[in-house]
Amino acid sequence: MKSHVIVFPGSNCDRDVAVAIKNISSHQPQMIWHKETSINQSDLIVVPGGFSYGDYLRCGAMASTSPIMQDVVKKAREGVPVLGICNGFQILIESGLLDGALMRNSSLSFICRDILIKPKNQSSVFTKKTQVAKMPIAHNEGNFFVNSEQLKKIQDNDQIAFQYCDENGNVSEHSNPNGSLENIAGILNENKNVLGMMPHPERASELAHGCEDGKTIFESILN
Amino acid sequence: MLAKIYITLKKDVLDPQGSVIANSLKSLGFNNIEDVRQGKFIEVKLNTDNKETANKQLNEMCEKLLANLVIEDYKVEID
Repeated sequence: MKSHVIVFPGSNCDRDVAVAIKNISSHQPQMIWHKETSINQSDLIVVPGGFSYGDYLRCGAMASTSPIMQDVVKKAREGVPVLGICNGFQILIESGLLDGALMRNSSLSFICRDILIKPKNQSSVFTKKTQVAKMPIAHNEGNFFVNSEQLKKIQDNDQIAFQYCDENGNVSEHSNPNGSLENIAGILNENKNVLGMMPHPERASELAHGCEDGKTIFESILN
Repeated sequence: MLAKIYITLKKDVLDPQGSVIANSLKSLGFNNIEDVRQGKFIEVKLNTDNKETANKQLNEMCEKLLANLVIEDYKVEID
């Protein structure tokens, strides 16, 4: 099991992800600085959360042009599992690996609290072990948008990974924290080997976090 | 050569910031406001005199990085 975590200037969830992966797989992920140009053979590449490049221009836009991203895109197209969390999701969208855009939250405020999500696609390498799960979100730009044509495409191709829901798993306007279209909290690429999600599973991966629901996502990929 | 680039949200994309600005303007007494849309303005200085080449490059810059074409439109002006 070899995993890699990409580190950009401004990443701040890189070590949290590394700890979560280490605890679950007993393998230490390799940290890759964004100026590097290639990643060795990998079973999982994580693009972590944070505020890469201070969110200049658009969240994730600058990081998507970092040297390492060319190889992340190449590996993703070859089928290597790639997980982008929060700012990592924004970076994967900006690099063209995932559809849509992440706009400012409809409330216009930064939201930092626990939410509930459930998988819509239940067979992907990332989502197959997760039921209704609690984990935190912490973002200002998580309001997922695609035009109606693209929405139909991702629905028809079963690319919606997670939706915000209530404790009974109901997907409703009330359970939508940020205005995301169709309550979308995470999406997959066409081949289902790339996942971008706004919630932070690495911050709900051990008892000290108060909740371990996020572990299911890492367990699903790593085991 | 100085280029001006205007980036705006597409018409069918909601602009909550624009709505809040509209409400604030109304509260200042500007009651005839119909709508406000917020965007970005970027200036790019280029060391070329060839307008055609510059225009081509600037459009490429917008499509590759400066604008997010899923939600934004852009307009390039060259002085």
